[in-house]
Amino acid sequence: MSAERIISPQTMEAVRRSGAVPGSKYLLEVEDVRKEFPGVVALDNVQLKLKRGTVHALMGENGAGKSTLMKILAGIYTPDSGSFKLRGVDIRLKNPLDALQNGIAMIHQELNLMAPMTVSENIWIGREPLGRFGIVDHAEMNRRTDALFERLGIEIDPEIKVGKLSVANRQMVEIAKAVSFDSDVLIMDEPTSALTEREVNHLFRIIRSLREEGKGIIYITHKMNELFEIADEFSVFRDGKYVATCNSSEVTREDIIRMMVGREITQMFPKEPAQIGDVVLSVKGLTLNGVFRDVSFDLRAGEILGFAGLVGSGRSNVAETIFGVTPANSGTIELFGKQLTVSSPSVAMAHGMAFLTEDRKETGCFLLLDIQENAQMAVLQQRYVQLGFVEQEKLRKAATDMANRLRVRTPDMREPIINLSGGNQQKVLICRWLMTNPKILILDEPTRGIDVGAKAEIHRLISQLAGQGVAIIMISSEMPEVLGMSDRIVVLHEGRVTGILDRAEADQVKIMELASR
Amino acid sequence: MSDAINELGETSKTGLKKIRRLPPEFSILAVLIGIALIFEVIGWYVVGESFLANKQRLSIIVLQVAVTGIIAVGVTQVIITGGVDLSSGSMVGFIAMVAASFAQTSLNARAVFLQPEYAAFGLDWFIDSSPFWPLLVGVLLGAFLGYLNGLLIAKTGIPPFIATLGMMVSVRGLAKWYTEGQPVALLNENFAWLGQSFSLWGFPVPRTVIVFFAVAIIFHVALSYTRYGKFTYAIGANSQAARVSGIDIGKHLIKVYAVAGLLSGLAGVMLAARAQSGQPNMGVSFELDAIAAAVIGGASLSGGVGRITGTVIGTIILGVVTSGFTFLKVGAYYQEIVKGAIIVAAVVIDVHRQRKKSRA
Repeated sequence: MSAERIISPQTMEAVRRSGAVPGSKYLLEVEDVRKEFPGVVALDNVQLKLKRGTVHALMGENGAGKSTLMKILAGIYTPDSGSFKLRGVDIRLKNPLDALQNGIAMIHQELNLMAPMTVSENIWIGREPLGRFGIVDHAEMNRRTDALFERLGIEIDPEIKVGKLSVANRQMVEIAKAVSFDSDVLIMDEPTSALTEREVNHLFRIIRSLREEGKGIIYITHKMNELFEIADEFSVFRDGKYVATCNSSEVTREDIIRMMVGREITQMFPKEPAQIGDVVLSVKGLTLNGVFRDVSFDLRAGEILGFAGLVGSGRSNVAETIFGVTPANSGTIELFGKQLTVSSPSVAMAHGMAFLTEDRKETGCFLLLDIQENAQMAVLQQRYVQLGFVEQEKLRKAATDMANRLRVRTPDMREPIINLSGGNQQKVLICRWLMTNPKILILDEPTRGIDVGAKAEIHRLISQLAGQGVAIIMISSEMPEVLGMSDRIVVLHEGRVTGILDRAEADQVKIMELASR
Repeated sequence: MSDAINELGETSKTGLKKIRRLPPEFSILAVLIGIALIFEVIGWYVVGESFLANKQRLSIIVLQVAVTGIIAVGVTQVIITGGVDLSSGSMVGFIAMVAASFAQTSLNARAVFLQPEYAAFGLDWFIDSSPFWPLLVGVLLGAFLGYLNGLLIAKTGIPPFIATLGMMVSVRGLAKWYTEGQPVALLNENFAWLGQSFSLWGFPVPRTVIVFFAVAIIFHVALSYTRYGKFTYAIGANSQAARVSGIDIGKHLIKVYAVAGLLSGLAGVMLAARAQSGQPNMGVSFELDAIAAAVIGGASLSGGVGRITGTVIGTIILGVVTSGFTFLKVGAYYQEIVKGAIIVAAVVIDVHRQRKKSRA
């Protein structure tokens, strides 16, 4: 960066607001960006060119460098070198405030909202309209929020506490907040990973209207169909290097996968035919007051039972109840023909159940502990303990074997789990449960936020386990995943089972009908 | 470093060199050595003698911290679960009183158990008896009070801070009520033996110190190599994940607080044996010294992090500071002021460390 040509963010902002912006073909032009972390090159002279009024998708496996580049653009990381031009003018992004003042706003993968505060307070934090004596003018703040929401087609009460909102609605609030800065460049890091189809459609409507307004949107995603639906252009990164930028109407799915992984992935959902055995789990009339009602289904050995439904339909809650996290108010759970009161997870585990939760960070990983400790935590309930002492050597071997089988990529089992990528963390959690030799495995969003390669590996693994006679419940918001993996699909809507479809008869339309009626 | 790995994820991972990590205790040990050397140097200038080359002084340093050290071991495991125990100091006071009353001599006509209301229950049998009884009673009583702490926390879900704060106030009240504020004195010689020193290679070694180190070793092993320890760390690291992994959090917390209480009880007995009496104001603010030792030793008040080795070093640091200032003839008031600053500094470092970690 040449120092003398750099304009201060304040000047930039003034120029921007005056409307007298220098003409340039690109809204944002980033070249030769390099970022090294000790021992590794995260970004190796990458480039990104964002046109006005376009949605530009950024594709690449986890670790390709997408998030690093976005964090640089958002002012969170400082690059080692590179040139950054906004509307043809050099800019310098030293901190997140710089970025915001330049008109670059990022919507993070992990939502950064303050749950105990209201929607309005969250959006205008630090920019509250002040009345007399410096008192915050709440009425004015809510008016502004309403206006903002109206423009974006969002229907949320500005006075409600963010903690009471669904993940989807929190996402909307984040987007509204980003838009409220009058940002020209909006960065969205996997915004749909926690949303259902309908909510995704709503989000896409918002994105399209922002595009109409001439904003540039950088959209990080792992989902191929979203790319074709929403993106005008896309760039692919691989191993910290820039691969290519293409028009999304000119390429096929396979082309993109090839660019991303540098190899062919033959089959995304390698469902192997498995021997379907006896009923192992039979749920009848299961009810958790105010959450779901009268849920009944059977699960057989070797079967993959998909759970589909919108977020808030109660899919995860049913799983939690079966596993004893939130015991049912009424209804019965029969395991291997015997009725059982599942009052806690340890009861469920004692009967051969395992439960991979939806939220890796909140209910999955022990982020402070290492891979070994994370992998062994569940099996310690049952085995590898003599007189209270942990048989660490045996356990280390067992965990290492399992980690190798699942291809967890790490130099050392004593590495803190926080240093692993999302995909590898997920594999470690699957390790945790497979070490208990479960007969019934409940997987809640097993591939959320995981790159294509790791995803395929996890799918293959699920298929293999079913082949070995493990009964599997797989909850997923990704329609192709549910359709591709499941033998049967239970569809839930507002806490009720609205239908159970066979693999042969199930398709996207039928599921959506059942999930939203 | 962790930032980098996290960012890069799996693909570039393979090329990464394995980085050797020193145990976190090394930095705390370095602080201890540093502080000791500072006193040594200043000592030569100001007092004109060595701070460290003095058997008597070294022995006193460890003796002074042994009682709070025993509590600190208990509170460390509580802190690892993400909780805190404020009631240990009061328990030391109350249990020192009770234990002392089980160890009085018949020469004392005013011994607690010689009074008719106790003698009626046959408690006068314990007068002149073996030190085993006060020890057993003290440890069991501590475990029971700790169990109540745990029960309160597990069943009502109130924060450990509040539960143990209540216990702290009530148990201090019990200590005063027990003899209406009178000290329990004139203890028998068997019991006094517990608090005395024996000679090892010319060093006077108090038995309290032996108990402290034994407790530290036992709990170091328990936290590192047993299921009890694994669950303790798991609950502090992520209680939600621990619950889903099948750990009965309530049950485990009750155990952890009961053990902390047991160690407070043990500390109370040892203090009574050393002081040759039980007094209602014994152990005041010991809980804070113990928490400070654990935090200086690297335990994080947000849970999931902490080691007994660190706590032991933290305890000794507090002892060295006290002893060093006395050695330099710094007044008691100044000592307290500086001690407070050291505790805050340790927590500042802890917060800083946490922030570094959570950025990853």
